[in-house]
Amino acid sequence: MANAAVFRTCPATGLKIHRPAEALIKANAVTAVVFLAVGGFFGLLVALTRWPAVHLLPADWFYLALTAHGLDVLLVWIIFFEIAILYFASAILLNSRLAAPKLAWVGFALMLAGAVITNVAVLQGGSSVMFTSYVPMKAAPHFYLGVILFAVGALIGCGIFFGTLVIARQERTYKGSIPLVTFGALTAAIIAVFTIASGAIILIPTLLWSIGLVSYIDPLMYKTVWWAMGHSSQQINVSAHVAVWYAIAAIVVGAKPLSEKVSRMAFLMYILFLQLASAHHLLVEPGISSEWKIFNTSYAMYLAVLGSMIHGMTVPGSIEAAQRKKGYTNGLFGWLAKAPWSNPAFAGMFMSLVLFGFLGGISGVVLGTEQINLIMHNTLYVPGHFHATVVAGTTLAFMAVTYLLVPLIFQRELVLKKVAQWQPYVFAVGVSGISLFMMGAGTLGVARRHWDIGFADSLLSFDYPATAFLMMGLNGLAAILAALGGLMYIVVVVGSILFGKRIGEQPAERPAPVPTEAAAVGAYGSAETLSIPGTVVLVGVFFTAFVLYYFVNWKYLSEVWPLQ
Amino acid sequence: MAISPPSQRIWWKEPIPKTELVWIIIAFLWGLVMFFMMIYWHIAGEQNLSNEAYRTTPEAFTEKTQAMVAQYTVRDEVGFPVVAPPPGSDVYLIARLWQFWPILEFKKDQTYRLHISSLDWQHGFSLQPVNINLQIHPGYEMVVTLTPDKAGEYSVVCNEFCGIGHHTMIGKIYVTE
Ligand code: HEM
Ligand SMILES: [Cu+2]
Ligand SMILES: [Cu+2]
Repeated sequence: MANAAVFRTCPATGLKIHRPAEALIKANAVTAVVFLAVGGFFGLLVALTRWPAVHLLPADWFYLALTAHGLDVLLVWIIFFEIAILYFASAILLNSRLAAPKLAWVGFALMLAGAVITNVAVLQGGSSVMFTSYVPMKAAPHFYLGVILFAVGALIGCGIFFGTLVIARQERTYKGSIPLVTFGALTAAIIAVFTIASGAIILIPTLLWSIGLVSYIDPLMYKTVWWAMGHSSQQINVSAHVAVWYAIAAIVVGAKPLSEKVSRMAFLMYILFLQLASAHHLLVEPGISSEWKIFNTSYAMYLAVLGSMIHGMTVPGSIEAAQRKKGYTNGLFGWLAKAPWSNPAFAGMFMSLVLFGFLGGISGVVLGTEQINLIMHNTLYVPGHFHATVVAGTTLAFMAVTYLLVPLIFQRELVLKKVAQWQPYVFAVGVSGISLFMMGAGTLGVARRHWDIGFADSLLSFDYPATAFLMMGLNGLAAILAALGGLMYIVVVVGSILFGKRIGEQPAERPAPVPTEAAAVGAYGSAETLSIPGTVVLVGVFFTAFVLYYFVNWKYLSEVWPLQ
Repeated sequence: MAISPPSQRIWWKEPIPKTELVWIIIAFLWGLVMFFMMIYWHIAGEQNLSNEAYRTTPEAFTEKTQAMVAQYTVRDEVGFPVVAPPPGSDVYLIARLWQFWPILEFKKDQTYRLHISSLDWQHGFSLQPVNINLQIHPGYEMVVTLTPDKAGEYSVVCNEFCGIGHHTMIGKIYVTE
């Protein structure tokens, strides 16, 4: 095994920590947070512009800010953070050294360079094409180049992760199978490879087209392949944030999966039923057959959704089981009431779970239903939906886990503990607001990516209903709250890293003890020990809401003009 | 714990807890319901896309639209011809930077075959306040057969970002008794 000086032992968890891995985790996580700050700021500007009474930015700046917002948060923030998670779930959780740290730094540098280049392209003004960059609208060549470099860097990160798994196995740094969280990260990494391959297939020709070497790119083909990347990358996010849920539940309340088999199977479903070409983004495009749409959305989507619905029960179920085992057995929800709500890691994780399921999950399935998509496509309903998945779900989960990484990896205590404690709540309320109000406005037909819903500069006139304007105002207010929550996160994290009290460390002279808590718990998950009535009720409420909302939307659909 | 290797090495032989099993079955059946719902709507529902579409070119599509405009224009409105094609006929709507051309006038409860295509970038066809939304691609001619069932004045809002004039891009459809 590598020499002891490159490892230290975490005093709190007994995990053996590879210093080069630690440095890489820090670099990726910090860069992620910086881009969240930048991208979140653009998000606020966008939301304030869409608030009709404020209408902050002029049109060209609005479209520029919206492009930057989508790129910096969806791509840069999330993927940098995911690379940090991959390194954590491999090297740290497996007590192993990280494969090829130098190469990992090359990957980091490529990602950073790519992110900067694309941002420069956007800020120069000639590339306000939105992060989807649908052809034939053309951005500057370095816009695409930056995205490609970023993707290559991310691919290297995935390679490092796989390499680390192999090393850990060969060097026997753990016993038996990899932990569930690592398994979830593995799912994310496998999907990432597929994603990046699709991205290369479409973005490299587009780059060549933008410099004039390729003469034509079919817009429908572009969109089909682009979403093979765009959609599967959302599947990466889901795998990663579900892995984070399990990790936080384990670390904070000592939860143990109800059954390893079921949870792993549910992760596997994300890989097996990955939508190969993501038809739900193409439901109202010309020339795509209904058979393919139905097959692709139901075979592929509903079985992946099934995976999420399973996690939606097993994560709270494992928390309930752990809490009941500790003696919080009062009534249906005593375990929940006595949960550590003042711990921002737990609070953030649990709200991420609930909001992702209730707001993001349900709206996503409805939106992805072949015919219902007709009444929602490209309205604000779409951003409403994905702010519930990728912000209330993924981003909030990543924020929550940061509160654990700061002491563990940065070896600093949190500063401003009160601010940290409130942060997940402020952010969750704000984000729920923007999701719901955008979905509401979308239901009233309001277009997404639109600077002026008053149409002041048009020859013809049109007015959206007054409620739509109200929704956009409320959305602006919620955006301020969400931005405040984001700011609180950044202040706490950056403050802690710079000024937090140092946590002492021990060099790893002795072989690190493998975390032992697991051994103490029952043999087969927590299944045989306790029932989980509270979770059953929660899941029942979720299911009822799902069914009702689903059919309500069929009702809405049935009221629009008949068309064939 | 989820952050350490499974305590039971042969974890894949664990029995599945009953609550989980029941939920998996319910969730799976619900997936089937949602799957059959889409098929059912194709049979019994009134709002479906035919997926009829053709390859076209800006020139060919412009030509067909102009032919219709020449034949059926009934008046002019802020520079746009208002076209009232006969029920049942093929109707053409051009999307281009940054207008929908021409203005259409339909009769209530009559059926029209609406062809839409873009001459340049992608655009969105968002019929308001009905709220029917379609994607318009250059090079593709999409055909939807629609039957307006209420009289009134409707707007077509572009809801695919199409450059700096995107938010000025609206069209009109009138439905008369
Ligand atoms: C302070 C927090 C945030 C606020 C106030 C906010 C607000 C908004 C608003 C108002 C839009 C524009 C909708 C439109 O006009 O079409 C938008 C778009 C978007 N947001 Fe956010 N957002 C926030 C955070 C995030 C985060 C953290 C992510 C991703 C992890 C995200 C991902 C996106 C994406 C991908 C778009 C679509 C851009 C496009 O249409 O090209 N947002 N956001
Ligand atoms: Cu347009
Ligand atoms: Cu447009």
